[in-house]
Amino acid sequence: MPRKWTGLNLASTSLFFVTLSACLLQVVFTSNMFGVTVKNSGMTGTGTTAGPTKRTHSPMVTGTSVLGVKYNGGVMLAADTLASYGSLARFKDVTRLNAVGDYTILGAGGEFSDFQAIQEILEKMDQEDKNADDGFSHSPAELFNYLRAIFYSKRNKFNPLWNEVLVGGFKDGKAFLGHLDMIGTAFSDEVMATGFGSYLALPIMRKRWHANMTEGEARALLEDCMRVLFYRWGLREGGREGGRQGEGGSDCRALNRIQIAKADASGVLVSQAFTLSTVWDLASFANPKAGMDTDGSW
Amino acid sequence: MHGESGKQSLRGALKEDVPGFNFDNYARNASLPTETTMHLPSAMKTGTTIAGVTFKDGVVLGADTRATGGTEVADKNCEKIHYLAPNIYCCGAGTAADTEKTTEIISSQLDLLRLSTGSPSRVVTACTMLKRMLFRYQGHVSAALVLGGVDSSGAHLYQIYPHGSTDKNPYVTMGSGSLAAMSVFETGFKEDMTEAEAIELVKEAILAGIYNDLGSGSNVDLTIIRKNGEVTVLRGYLTPNDVEPLRTSYKRPAALSVPAGATAVLSTHMDPARPGLEGLVIEDATAMTF
Repeated sequence: MPRKWTGLNLASTSLFFVTLSACLLQVVFTSNMFGVTVKNSGMTGTGTTAGPTKRTHSPMVTGTSVLGVKYNGGVMLAADTLASYGSLARFKDVTRLNAVGDYTILGAGGEFSDFQAIQEILEKMDQEDKNADDGFSHSPAELFNYLRAIFYSKRNKFNPLWNEVLVGGFKDGKAFLGHLDMIGTAFSDEVMATGFGSYLALPIMRKRWHANMTEGEARALLEDCMRVLFYRWGLREGGREGGRQGEGGSDCRALNRIQIAKADASGVLVSQAFTLSTVWDLASFANPKAGMDTDGSW
Repeated sequence: MHGESGKQSLRGALKEDVPGFNFDNYARNASLPTETTMHLPSAMKTGTTIAGVTFKDGVVLGADTRATGGTEVADKNCEKIHYLAPNIYCCGAGTAADTEKTTEIISSQLDLLRLSTGSPSRVVTACTMLKRMLFRYQGHVSAALVLGGVDSSGAHLYQIYPHGSTDKNPYVTMGSGSLAAMSVFETGFKEDMTEAEAIELVKEAILAGIYNDLGSGSNVDLTIIRKNGEVTVLRGYLTPNDVEPLRTSYKRPAALSVPAGATAVLSTHMDPARPGLEGLVIEDATAMTF
């Protein structure tokens, strides 16, 4: 009787091949594509016991949501200035928004060092443009596609850039806003958000967006959304239920100190950080117990 | 497993009066997803957006109407705002059976208490009964509730979690669409709103859940409980996802709906199935339409 490939046999065989190829890949690609070499501790055998970790497992210093909106004549991004270390609000004055070249702005949540690596890559590309000195500068859509290719290829090597990125820009009268995540999913839309902003901010942004938004309306919308994120995005315990761990900085809190980046016909700009006003003295919150001790609230 | 040794066989076990639960199928159920391609059906969940807000003269409760079983929409128009007392209503998210039965149980307990005390129920009483029951079941009764009502001490709004903790707030949301609804509340809530403003705010919050959360959908239901004792139940307050116009506008082929008399009757012969049915005449032979 011929032996059949039962489910378990097939699965374990595939697993073996995947593990073998993963080990092989790790040995071959020890220097990543940015020219920064990863230190080897001397383990160079193929398919042998585990050596030092050579790929990203989980993010360490993370940023949270970035929000983006296209308005009439430009694109605006907003992000807070917090980089968390797990549950610690470690760096409270970082810039998670960046302007690249003459036309593009980008903001990222997730692992902050990977965001710095992205900035270096795009800076290099912009410098090549300048060195060519032919008046051409890459458009936001082109930078977006370039980043997408990088994200996807790194993900295929099981060593992702652990970020959720918004790329925005304005060139030749056309606004662009795109969203990239760590596995290389790329979309473009009128309003976008990363991380927890997609649950708390995107509903409001979708409702209030319209085709002829002015810059003032866009800014007010983004500030309102950042305020809601500050009110309602506290610390998350444990991992994200049912999703990828630490995706886009879901393991940290939000801050009410924010920055705005803008790209329009006159160029790109990242604003100074400023603090949002918040309201904490609503009468109904101040006295929910209505003077009773046993009314079912804490 | 033949015959005589009844004590060992299943038939024997059923015949005996064995006390307690029979866990024979537990091992079998646990092995089904791993050993075979079968999967156990998932409990019907309400995957919901429910919300409540207090305004100057009472509370407004709102809910969507989609019930999901796994990834399928099991009910497009289920009712998530449950009656507890004439002045107290409760929205339920989580497992549909749990929210339905829990609110029914507490509703009957409140009824008995009203008969025994002779006075109207208080919202805090309903809250305490619900949290005591849910805590007793240690979260296995998967009911996340928004409880709202008006009593002699004013208008009150509570949120009750499956493990039995409660919060009392001027505006609350629960369910999978709670973040979308809460974002609308956080940007739009004002103290001492009028009834029209409160209705508009809750409607917008539920709509945010319907359009941005995949677990919520279909219609918006509202219930308004006022301090003067009036209650307005608005089932199907807004039906933005009605497919009836689309369904009726679609022209189906004529062959699918055959009118009565399209086929000529050549002769009729009746063979009664039992004696005594000879004179049976079918009066109303309306054609069946599909």
